[in-house]
Amino acid sequence: MKEKLIHAMLTLLALAAVSSLALITAFIFIEGMPIMLKMGLGKFLFSSDWYPTEKPPHFGIFPMIVGSLAVTLGAMVIGGFLGLGCAIVLTQFCPPKAVKILKPSIELLAGIPSVVYGFIGVIILVPFIRDVFGGWGLSVLASSIVLGVMVLPTVTSISVDALQSVPKAFGAGSIALGATRWQTTHMVTLKAARSGIVAAIILGMGRAVGETMAVIMVAGNTIDIPHSILDPVRTLTSNIALEMGYAAGEHHEALFATGVVLFVIIMILNTVALTVSRHRARKAGA
Amino acid sequence: MRIKPAHTQTMAITFLWSLALLTLGVLMFIIAFILWKGMPNVTWEFLTQSPRNMGRDGGVFPMIVGTVMVAGLAVLIAGPVGVATAIYLTEYTRESKFTHVIRFGADCLAGIPSIVFGLFGWAFFVFVLKMGMSVISGGLTLAIMVLPTIIRTSEEAIRAVPASYRDVSFGLGTTRWQMVTRVVIRSALPGIGTGIVLSIGRSISETAAVMLTAGSALNLPSSIFDSSRTLALHFYIMSREGISMEKAYATASVLILTILAINLFAYWLMQRFVGKAK
Repeated sequence: MKEKLIHAMLTLLALAAVSSLALITAFIFIEGMPIMLKMGLGKFLFSSDWYPTEKPPHFGIFPMIVGSLAVTLGAMVIGGFLGLGCAIVLTQFCPPKAVKILKPSIELLAGIPSVVYGFIGVIILVPFIRDVFGGWGLSVLASSIVLGVMVLPTVTSISVDALQSVPKAFGAGSIALGATRWQTTHMVTLKAARSGIVAAIILGMGRAVGETMAVIMVAGNTIDIPHSILDPVRTLTSNIALEMGYAAGEHHEALFATGVVLFVIIMILNTVALTVSRHRARKAGA
Repeated sequence: MRIKPAHTQTMAITFLWSLALLTLGVLMFIIAFILWKGMPNVTWEFLTQSPRNMGRDGGVFPMIVGTVMVAGLAVLIAGPVGVATAIYLTEYTRESKFTHVIRFGADCLAGIPSIVFGLFGWAFFVFVLKMGMSVISGGLTLAIMVLPTIIRTSEEAIRAVPASYRDVSFGLGTTRWQMVTRVVIRSALPGIGTGIVLSIGRSISETAAVMLTAGSALNLPSSIFDSSRTLALHFYIMSREGISMEKAYATASVLILTILAINLFAYWLMQRFVGKAK
């Protein structure tokens, strides 16, 4: 009897995660959909006019969509490179003593608050870009670098898992055939871990798209489509965080609608990453 | 001319190591820079006084209290729920459609951006449940945010407990629940603890979600229904609005030191767990 009760209680608590997800989805859509439908989905997504306080107001988030894409791609070039590099070093070429320093350091990098990254970006990186490359400094480039460092731990930790799950025999076979360790790494191990690494990159993209505070601080936040990496941008996330403070009525709904777009992008990325890594799990099982 | 494989190898390894060292360098630089600029201003008064003049003078005591309250509440709620979910997934059920749904929910939740959690918390806790901008709204929002981390780390820790422990416990005639509480949880405790400690760290670092749910009041919160500004948000406001760079650096130093301590503690717990499993 007592056991049955416990079982029921645990089942109920286990549903908390899914029901929270359902609740979040419901609320974001309920608050955001009406204005999207009123504006017309195409207009909302592909118009570049964001005049939330005019009468009548106009809400088009195309520049923010482009902004989010731009900084995310930039972040993945930097974070993907660094993150994968760290993962290869950690799993293939690193003496155990050095792993003990490198691994917790990368985990620590994930723990540093995003506002601190943004702050360092504003204080060090932005003036540097302004002096060396010109422009305003607050730019796609600055955001990409800051975000790149921020997504690095995600890319590294998932890539490390993928690289470690490659059977030892693969590498051993390659070494026995006379390949060097590097040839083995890039021709055998990396190839075998490919789908896991793809999942790592995609989840890293999710992180970059969703990051808010650091981007606000270094991106410049102007509502224009950027033409070069030195132009300032506004991302979907910053659009919400910057204007939630004073938004009311339809403006406020439009910010939730921005959240809907963000939510859909993240869900697509997550599903792709999950499918890719599940595909790998199935392949490994066969 | 063809480059010898041995040379390619040297070049590749040098390049990869330089990437890793660059990463390490960035981390060291961030920590050293913040502490170097901020530590001189982290005094006893700074830690124990209330801010005056919008934060230009005085300290960050109310923000420390606010941060502890919000992060503490988040983990007090997410901890039991997350561990219960992990126990359910590992000890009380087989893999089925239902467990897939639960895992899918947790995985998706883990990917949702903090600003979306903020929007949700603002619409649901602050307005629908009428909790207002408060410690409890912030705590509940963060609880949902860290839940997936706690579920995943607890599940891993519980799965790592050898099956023989369970067999022995059943052999001695315990019920499943007794086996879980007295045997499994006890040996998985350091692993579960690591997840919880890291979740505390994440709650402390979070800014976007608390900005929309806990608010930015400067006063000392007298109950969980008061609005309270956390350290991370205080740092953001201080530096963004250029109120006082000195105080901003000092606040950042307190944040960085806390995160360092939390990560070291989590690392120590994990080492204990791994050591025990061997």
